[in-house]
Amino acid sequence: MNITDPVVQVENLRKTYGSFSAVDSVSFDIQRGETFALLGPNGAGKSTTIEILEGYRDRTSGSARVLGIDPGKGGLAWKARLGIVLQSSGESGNVSVREQLTQFAGYYPNPRNVDEVIAAVGLEAKAGTLLRKLSGGQRRRVDVALGIIGRPELLFLDEPTTGFDPEARQQFWQLIRSLKADGTTILLTTHYLDEAAQLGDRAGVIAGGTMIDIGAIDEIGGADARIPIVRWRDGAVRHEKRTHTPGALVASLMADNAEPAGLEIVRPSLEDIYLQLVSDHARARDEEYTR
Amino acid sequence: MNTTPVPVPAHALGPNNDVPSFGWGIGRNIKLGFRRIRYEVLTYFRQGDSVFFTFLFPVVMLTIFAVAFSEQNFGTEEEPLTAAAFYLPGMIAAGLLLSGLQNMAIDIAMERSDGTLKRLAGTPLPVISYFIGKIGQVFVTGVLQAALVIAVAAFAFDVELPDEPSKWLTFSWVFVLGVTTSAVLGIALSGLPRSGKSATAVVIPVALVLQFISGVYLSFSMLPEWLQTFASIFPLKWMAQGMREVFLPASFEILEQTETWNLPGVAIATGLWLVVGLIITRLTFRWIRKDS
Repeated sequence: MNITDPVVQVENLRKTYGSFSAVDSVSFDIQRGETFALLGPNGAGKSTTIEILEGYRDRTSGSARVLGIDPGKGGLAWKARLGIVLQSSGESGNVSVREQLTQFAGYYPNPRNVDEVIAAVGLEAKAGTLLRKLSGGQRRRVDVALGIIGRPELLFLDEPTTGFDPEARQQFWQLIRSLKADGTTILLTTHYLDEAAQLGDRAGVIAGGTMIDIGAIDEIGGADARIPIVRWRDGAVRHEKRTHTPGALVASLMADNAEPAGLEIVRPSLEDIYLQLVSDHARARDEEYTR
Repeated sequence: MNTTPVPVPAHALGPNNDVPSFGWGIGRNIKLGFRRIRYEVLTYFRQGDSVFFTFLFPVVMLTIFAVAFSEQNFGTEEEPLTAAAFYLPGMIAAGLLLSGLQNMAIDIAMERSDGTLKRLAGTPLPVISYFIGKIGQVFVTGVLQAALVIAVAAFAFDVELPDEPSKWLTFSWVFVLGVTTSAVLGIALSGLPRSGKSATAVVIPVALVLQFISGVYLSFSMLPEWLQTFASIFPLKWMAQGMREVFLPASFEILEQTETWNLPGVAIATGLWLVVGLIITRLTFRWIRKDS
């Protein structure tokens, strides 16, 4: 595998269960060092896609390469180059944080230092505590720590910050930024669009098993979706206008009358754009269905 | 496509710069297997319920039988035998079954459903190292359990232990073969329950029935001929028989089905089950059920 080859290459990926297709002709690449956010509603096919790439599920058709290898056939040497943070699990947890990380570090050829990883996820004070005595958010941080202990080239993060308080999330973002600075390639799924915006270089939006849009975080949804929105009230009437020149619009409003009530200028966030994409897709689908 | 080129540090380059000291061969499998044994033993004893239901169970049962039947003579008038002495070999055999088969089958089914196996499947831990860890854990806990049962029998209930080295040699091989077979069968059986929750419901009755028909709680010679023959299909009867050879007086030999201790039979039947267990495990064990 060449250094310039994509770390993840997915082409026309399809996964069907009987007549139901969970994933249908999904294609995307992830370049080395890139953080790619896979977004979409629950049941859209995100986890199925990511689990195929992790080697947990077989694909029905299409091609997939992860670090140059077919994930359905990846061996131990391949797994040693991956870090996997699954959706949360309910393991019994009769080991301490340090014992667990030390155990897992031993499986990898070139692991990170256990104490440094514990510090990186902010669990120094809990290093000697049994996993089952940790809170949900703390256990999630152990999951993340186990995902990075092997110094992975490619890190899968499946809804990593579920159950985090805002401070823990900020800390986690900092950790991911330092992993990115180390050159780690990251595939992230999340329900927090601000998280995707903070961490992602590019994003793909999956709905109903298909990729409905893909692009750089600041370009996804197209330029039109990013036109600022100006909102104000005129008596009981609400106004909303999209314009490239919100300043000029506000100035003209001021010229017409006095201070407009409830004036707002909004630049659509990734979340707004995402919600628009998903609802457009659902509507298009319904129309197709009724036709 | 818009991607930011990022400087790539040396460690992130492909597999060509693997750390040279790290082999992928059999040495690594064994080394990691021993790491797993330590980890498994540690977590076993931190788990309160398994310590009680599998580890201490034979001691508890031996104590109950010894106390309940303390007035009875299980031997002859010339050669009396206490209840504790009579039940000791059965309890050791039951311990092999509980620490191995019951404990493994439930433990692995639980680990499959709670996500432990899925997590391990995503790491470069070889399956064989995981098995070494499990079998090693059964071996360590089985040895401690047998030592405890024997110690309680000897010190609390004055059971006379054999002093011929040949008896202890027999004990050793029956124990090692029995504990290994039991552990491997437990791993093989762990694929049967569909969930961790149903594992106890599936496994415990199997183990319990086996104990009743194999001469653990009920004297094997009391059972009807056909039931004895049926029980002889399964390994527990043979493990118990081997242990009776070690701990019961020679005069009890006549009570066995063939009127001999039949140690070759013990070795063959248990060994066959070991092979069966290995084959089933090889064919059926998966870290996770794909597509479930």
